Amino acid sequence: MTDLVGSLAPRPLLAAHVEFKGVLIGLSIALVAWLALVPLAFLLWQSFLTPQTANAPAHFTLQNFRDAYFSAETASLFLNSVRFATGAAGLALFLGTALAWLNERTNTPFKSLFFALTIIPLVIPGILFTVSWIMLASPKIGLINLALQKLLDTETVFLDIYSMPGMIWVDGLHYSPMAFLLMTAAFRSMDPSLEEQAAMSGASLLQTARRITLKLAWPAALGSLLILFARSVESFEVPALLGLPVGIHVYTSSIYQAIHQYPSQVGLASAYAVTLLLLISIAVYSQSRFAQEESRYSTVTGKGFRPRTIDLGRWRYLTAGIFILYFLVIVLLPFLVLVWSSLQRFYSAPSWAALSRMSLDSYRAVLSYPQFGQTVWNSFVLALGTATAVMLLSATIAWTVVRTKLRGRWLLDNIASMPLVFPGLVLGLAIMVCYLSMDIGIYGTLWIMFIAYLTRFLPYGMRYNSAAMLQIHKELEESAAMSGASWSMSFRRIVLPLLKPGLVAGFIYVTVVSIRELSSSILLYSPGTEVVSIMIWELWQNGQYVELSALGVMLILVLFCLVMLAQLFARQFGIAEA
Amino acid sequence: MLTVRGLFTEYATERGGSVKAAQDVSFEVPRGKLFTLLGPSGCGKTTTLRSIAGLEKPTAGEIEIDGRAIYSSSRGIFVAPNKRNFGMVFQSYAIWPHMNVFQNVAFPLQVRRLGKKLIREKVMRMLEAVALENFVDRDATKLSGGQQQRLALARALVMEPQLLLLDEPLSNLDAKLRDRMRFELKRLQRDFKLTTIYVTHDQTEALALSHEIAVMNEGRVVQIGTPRQIYDQPRDRFVADFVGSTNFISGTVLAVAGERCVVSSPLGELKARADEGMEKSAAVAVSVRPEDVELSETEPVASDDGNVCKATVIGRDFLGDYLDFHVAVGDVVLLAKAHPSLRTAAGEPIYLRMKAEKCIAIREQ
Repeated sequence: MTDLVGSLAPRPLLAAHVEFKGVLIGLSIALVAWLALVPLAFLLWQSFLTPQTANAPAHFTLQNFRDAYFSAETASLFLNSVRFATGAAGLALFLGTALAWLNERTNTPFKSLFFALTIIPLVIPGILFTVSWIMLASPKIGLINLALQKLLDTETVFLDIYSMPGMIWVDGLHYSPMAFLLMTAAFRSMDPSLEEQAAMSGASLLQTARRITLKLAWPAALGSLLILFARSVESFEVPALLGLPVGIHVYTSSIYQAIHQYPSQVGLASAYAVTLLLLISIAVYSQSRFAQEESRYSTVTGKGFRPRTIDLGRWRYLTAGIFILYFLVIVLLPFLVLVWSSLQRFYSAPSWAALSRMSLDSYRAVLSYPQFGQTVWNSFVLALGTATAVMLLSATIAWTVVRTKLRGRWLLDNIASMPLVFPGLVLGLAIMVCYLSMDIGIYGTLWIMFIAYLTRFLPYGMRYNSAAMLQIHKELEESAAMSGASWSMSFRRIVLPLLKPGLVAGFIYVTVVSIRELSSSILLYSPGTEVVSIMIWELWQNGQYVELSALGVMLILVLFCLVMLAQLFARQFGIAEA
Repeated sequence: MLTVRGLFTEYATERGGSVKAAQDVSFEVPRGKLFTLLGPSGCGKTTTLRSIAGLEKPTAGEIEIDGRAIYSSSRGIFVAPNKRNFGMVFQSYAIWPHMNVFQNVAFPLQVRRLGKKLIREKVMRMLEAVALENFVDRDATKLSGGQQQRLALARALVMEPQLLLLDEPLSNLDAKLRDRMRFELKRLQRDFKLTTIYVTHDQTEALALSHEIAVMNEGRVVQIGTPRQIYDQPRDRFVADFVGSTNFISGTVLAVAGERCVVSSPLGELKARADEGMEKSAAVAVSVRPEDVELSETEPVASDDGNVCKATVIGRDFLGDYLDFHVAVGDVVLLAKAHPSLRTAAGEPIYLRMKAEKCIAIREQ
C-alpha cells in the first residue's frame, strides 16, 4: 500500500508512510464507529417509536418510556434488577475475596487447583450452569432436595432454585472465579511489607488480615463490586430460566419477553434496553473514576517478590475443606449432574434402578438430530470467522494505538473498547433494530450474527493484542529499521513472529466465547441459522433434558480443550488470562 | 564527516501541548572520530541521536553525512531510517528474541539481499571480531548481558555502516563488565575507524572514550571540546558540576590581566583563570576540583601562581585509594582529595594550596 501511494505521488517516503497510517487509522475508526455507535443510535431512535404494523406506520411517541417507567411493574422491575445484581455481585465478591486471600496469603493445601477454577465460567456456559443447578435444586426434581427428603424422610422442600435467592446463588457462584481473579490482582499489587510490619508490631494473623490486608484491599474490592454488578445486571440466562417461570422479572428477561410476545414490542424493549445501558454505564463510569482515585491510594511497588505465606497450622484442614466444598458446588456437582442425566433415557434421580437403565441413547439422539450438522457448522463458521476478523481488526487498531503517535488514537481505543458495556441482549436488540430498518439483506442470515459477535468480542481482541504489542519493545522494531528493513519487512520478520503467541491465544479465546454466545444470538437467529447455544436453549424450551445434557457435556469438553490450548499459548507468552 | 546544523525537535504530548527536546543543536564529527553527547536524563541527547538515526523527525535543521543531506527542513528532505545505512546499538540492545545469534547478525545482510555464502562469511568474521564465534547457534536470549551487548554491536557493524550510533550501550551492565566493555568498544571503534556518536549520562565513559564531547543541558549544547578541555576548562557552572565533582567559591572580580584574574572571595583574594571577555566587578563562581586542592600540615611557600589559605578539618572519609577531606575556611566548606597517608584529625588546622591554573572563574548568570 505504501508503494501504491508512493508511486501515485512522488513524495518523500515519510509522507507516504504518514498517509498510509492515516488511511489505516481512518478506515479502522470508520469501521469501529460503525460497529459500536450506529446500532446504539438506532436503539435510541427506536425507543421513541410506536410498533410498526401492516396498516399503521411507526410514529414518534414517549409511550415506551411511559410504559417502561410509570407502569405498575416499573418499581418492581427496577428493584428486582438491582436486588439480583447486587446480591449476585456481593456473593461473588465475598467468595472471590475469601478464596483469593486463602490462595495468596496462606498455606492452604491444593492451592495449585485454584487457578484451574478461573476457567470455569469460560468452559461452562451460563445456560448449562443454570440448567445443572435446576437439576440439583429445583423443588420437584432437584437431586439435593430428593436426597435430603429421602435421608430425613420428609416432604419438605429444602431448596427452591426458582426464587430470588436461587437466582443470586447461581449467578454469584458462576462469576465468583472472576471476583477471585480481580481480588488476586489486588492482593498481589499490595506491598507485602505493610503486612509484615503489622506482624512485627505484634498483630495476630486474623488481626493483620482484618485491620491491614482487607483495609488496603477495600478500594479494589469496591471497584470489583461495581464491575461484578455491571456484569450481573446484564446476565440473561439465570433470570430467564429461573426468574421467568415464577414471575420474577429483571430488565434482561423483560427485554426478551417484550420481543417474544405478539405483536412484538420493539419500542418497549428498546426503552428497557436504554435503561439497562444507563445502569451499566453508571456502574462502569464510577468504577473507572474509582480506579483513578484508588491509584493515588494504591500501594503498588512493582516488586516481583511474593509475600510470606501465613502458616495456618491445623486450621489449614478447615480451609482445605472450604475449598473442596467450593470446588464441589462450582465444578463437580454441576458437571456430574449433566453427565448423569445425559446417560439416562428420561430424566430421573440416581438410584440402582436408574443406574441399570444407563445408555448412550441421548448422545445418539442429539447426533442424529436433523439440524445438528447445520447447527454445529454454523457455530464453527461463526466462531472461526469472528475470531479471525476480531484478531485482524484489533491488531490493526492496537498497533495504531500503541505504536503510532497519531492524534485521536485514544479515542479509537475507547470506541473499540466500548462494546464492553453493551449487554449481549441489548447489542442483539440494537443490531436487530438497525438492520431491520436499514435493509441491506443481512437480516436472517449468519452475517447479522457475525456482526454482533464481531462487535461484542472486539474489546477482547484489543486486550490480547495491546498486551502482546506492549510487550514488544519499541527498539526491536527500530533496530530492524536501522538494519535497513522497510516497514513491511520489519512487520513481517519482526513484529508478526513476536506477536504470534498472543494472536493465537486471543484467537482461541474469541473462538471459545463465540461458541458459547447466547444472549445476542437469541434475538438474531432464524430457522437455519441456529447455533449450538441456541440449540441448547431450544432443547430446554422443549423439555428435552437428557438430550440437552448430552449436548452440554460434549460442548463443555470441546470448550475445555480449546481453553487449555489457549492457556498453553498464553503462558508461553506470559499474558494473563482474561 | 557528519554535520548537524540548527537542529530543533519537539514532541507533541498526548493531549495538545509540546515538549522542546532539542534546541538549536549544531556540531560536526570528523570521519573516524568518536563524538559523545553527554548530559543528564531529559537533556535531549537521546532525541538528538534518534533524529540522526531518522527514528525521530526533527522540526527544523539540517543533517548531512559526507556531504549528502539526510535531513533538511529547508529543502524538505527526510531519508527514512532504513535507507540511511547507520548502525545503531540501543540501550536495551533490542536483540530479537525469536532469532538465534547468527540470524540476528545476518538480518541486516538478508535485508540487503546478499548471497547466502557472503552473508555466512561476513557474519562469521564479525562474530569473531566480538568474540562470539562459539555462540553461533545459541538462542540470543540465552546470552549474558555482556554477550548481548557485543551481539548488538556485531549486528550494527556487519552492514559496514557509514555512521555508528550508540545509545547508552553500557548502562545495563554491572560496574566491572562496564569497564571491560568500554575498553573493548574503544578498541573496535579505533580499529574499524568508525565515525561514531555515543550518548551517555556517565561522565567517566565520556571522558575515557571520546575524541570530542558535547555537554547538553535542557535541550541545548552547552560546551563542545576534547575531554581535557571539558574537564579542565568548563565554560559554565553546569558543565563544571556535571562533569566530575567540584567546589564552587563565589566572589567578585577585582582585576583582569590576560588569561588571569583576581577574585575577592570569602577565602581572601584568589588568583584564577579567566575566559575571554571577563570583566572587572563581575560576579563569578570559582571552580576548583577536589584533586586540585592540595593539603599540607605545614604552611606551603606562597608563590605567584598559587593560592594558599588556612582551614580547619571538619571530617574525612576513607575511600581506599584516597581520602575525602571536608575542610572549612570560615563559612565555606571545601572538598579535597588527599593521599591516604595524610592523617590530620578533625578539628585540627590544615593548609590549602590551589594553583591559579586550576581555579576557573565562571561567570554567574
